[in-house]
Amino acid sequence: MTPAFLYALIGSALFALGLYGLIVHAHLLRKILALNVMGSGVFLVLGGLAGRTPQGAPDPVPHAMVITGIVVAVAATALALVLMLRVRATTGRTVLPDGRGN
Amino acid sequence: MSNKTAKLKTDEDERFAPFLRLLTALLVSGVAAGLAYAVLSLPHVATGLNDAVGDRLALSGVDHPVTAVLLNFRGYDTLLEMVVLLLVLVGVWSLSVAPSEHEAEAGAVLDYLVRFLVPLMILIAAYLLWVGAHAPGGAFQAGAVMSAAGVLLVLSGRRLPGSLAGWPLRLTLVAGVAVFTAVAAGVMSTGASLLEYPSQWAGVLILLIEATATLSIGATLAALFLGGRPEDGP
Repeated sequence: MTPAFLYALIGSALFALGLYGLIVHAHLLRKILALNVMGSGVFLVLGGLAGRTPQGAPDPVPHAMVITGIVVAVAATALALVLMLRVRATTGRTVLPDGRGN
Repeated sequence: MSNKTAKLKTDEDERFAPFLRLLTALLVSGVAAGLAYAVLSLPHVATGLNDAVGDRLALSGVDHPVTAVLLNFRGYDTLLEMVVLLLVLVGVWSLSVAPSEHEAEAGAVLDYLVRFLVPLMILIAAYLLWVGAHAPGGAFQAGAVMSAAGVLLVLSGRRLPGSLAGWPLRLTLVAGVAVFTAVAAGVMSTGASLLEYPSQWAGVLILLIEATATLSIGATLAALFLGGRPEDGP
């Protein structure tokens, strides 16, 4: 087990953990946090697997993609948080209505 | 479920019933096992695009492969990423106004610390920007440090004065995308295609793009932290 694969496996586990949180919890803040955990898992997979090169220096393309991804994830989280606050201001609750008048 | 427990339930408690949670956990474990299998079935040694980047690094204008990929070989990604940041800010500003109430006055220690830290952080951001040409660093790392300085200022009760919250702020926010687009389109006048820097100018152009991008990223992320458009703005 090389470190590259260890990172990638931990990234996969983080992704699954985030997916579980996203499905199980109804509270929007928890969903946003879960999405961020999933995103971190994806970044860990990309960053880890880039290190499989024989000469030691990691593949720069996945690393550049991770930098791009982190910035987009931060920005998307900010937008999601503002949307969540709007949902709370409008409905008085921090969960999405489930379509059954609840 | 009786009415009594329903009343006590808050949004935080709202989640699946235990049996459904167990089922979800099993399904998600299946996903995790599938992902692990996919990861482990990859070849254990792969050069990826390392050689392709290394061969052309001399033409890129910088010495660090990640910066070369970000600003030159895959410059389109980075340009659109800056646009995403700007779009998110437009979305946030359309949805809400920054709360006007200030935090409690910063104590003397925090106030002194912020006065000491913010110039240091600007210096670190400038260093990260410069070092990005040949070592880990670059516009996004520098922008993140700049935005952290902005967040520190906000948390210690400081706000942009009204005279700066209008056009000067907006110009700073769009400068990154504007300069990037201008350079991307400007090189076309020399006969190159979009974002194809002439290699003797590439280093200078990348530094120009990165410097304005750092300012814009820092300002955008700090503005996102405020959670809405400044009230004094037009």
